[in-house]
Amino acid sequence: MTWSVLLVTSALCFAIKLVGYYVPARWLANERLQRINSLVPVVLLSALIVSQALAVKTHVVLDHRMAGVTAAVAALLAKAPFPVVVLCAAVTSALVYRLH
Amino acid sequence: MPRVSRRTLRDALSVALTVGAYGVAFGAASVAAGFSVLQTCLFSLLTFTGASQFAAVGVVAAGGAGISAVATASLLSTRNALYAVQMAPRLDVSGWRRIVAAQITIDESTNVALAQGSHGPAAVRHGFWLTGSGVFLFWNLFTLVGALGAKSLGNPAAWGLDAAVPAAFLGLLWPRLVDTKIRLIAGVAVVFSLVMTPLLPSGTPIIATVVVAVLAGWRS
Repeated sequence: MTWSVLLVTSALCFAIKLVGYYVPARWLANERLQRINSLVPVVLLSALIVSQALAVKTHVVLDHRMAGVTAAVAALLAKAPFPVVVLCAAVTSALVYRLH
Repeated sequence: MPRVSRRTLRDALSVALTVGAYGVAFGAASVAAGFSVLQTCLFSLLTFTGASQFAAVGVVAAGGAGISAVATASLLSTRNALYAVQMAPRLDVSGWRRIVAAQITIDESTNVALAQGSHGPAAVRHGFWLTGSGVFLFWNLFTLVGALGAKSLGNPAAWGLDAAVPAAFLGLLWPRLVDTKIRLIAGVAVVFSLVMTPLLPSGTPIIATVVVAVLAGWRS
């Protein structure tokens, strides 16, 4: 499955980029389409955070991962740069995991 | 062709380096999700749009179906088509150059390019090509570093790699939460996907939240 996910995702993501260079600008100029499109990353990223931090298969589980994400929130509030945010999350989560 | 200004070069390089370094997190996440080092590197070379790459390996790691991984990753990348629409008249490229331009049409290249707008059309083009190729170079380099690093670490949870992935998504989401309405929409998406987690097959609650975007964006 890993190969098909890799290749199909790559093909689709490239096709999506290329489409923008070929279609007339007015096709994608629709205001509603643009508005919805700008919200798509917001909702998908929110849902991805939930699935990665709080879900195990179809169960909601509170564990070391959420401790890591909480640390990431703190780092973001302190205006830390991206790599520091990820590092804070990883270190916190690893500590909680090992202490458990 | 006008010379590249120092300002454009500085903007492009600083973005390329910081974003590129983020590739370490992707490389590690991908290997932790069960992709090989080769597959991980191919992801960064071929897919080359960070959030979508994280999404694809994240859904697979969460036990989601392949189709859910592909759908989530692709939906996350639709904004690149709108970037391409913006860049097409400014770059005015055809043939193989258009293919190359398309592959490096991402958040960073488009945003740096458009930010050069007040310095003339040449600066816009320089910003795009320099940032796009710079991010491409560093992102792929650091992906390899992250993948090899994670491979030598073993159990991902013991090193916090399983928390690095949601933190990476949070880092991508954070700058988008510019006003109360968007923060509210993100909150609704969080609650919605939490509620859907026990009800739908794994991976699908993520795509299902697109409903929230459609409903919220239907009216201005």
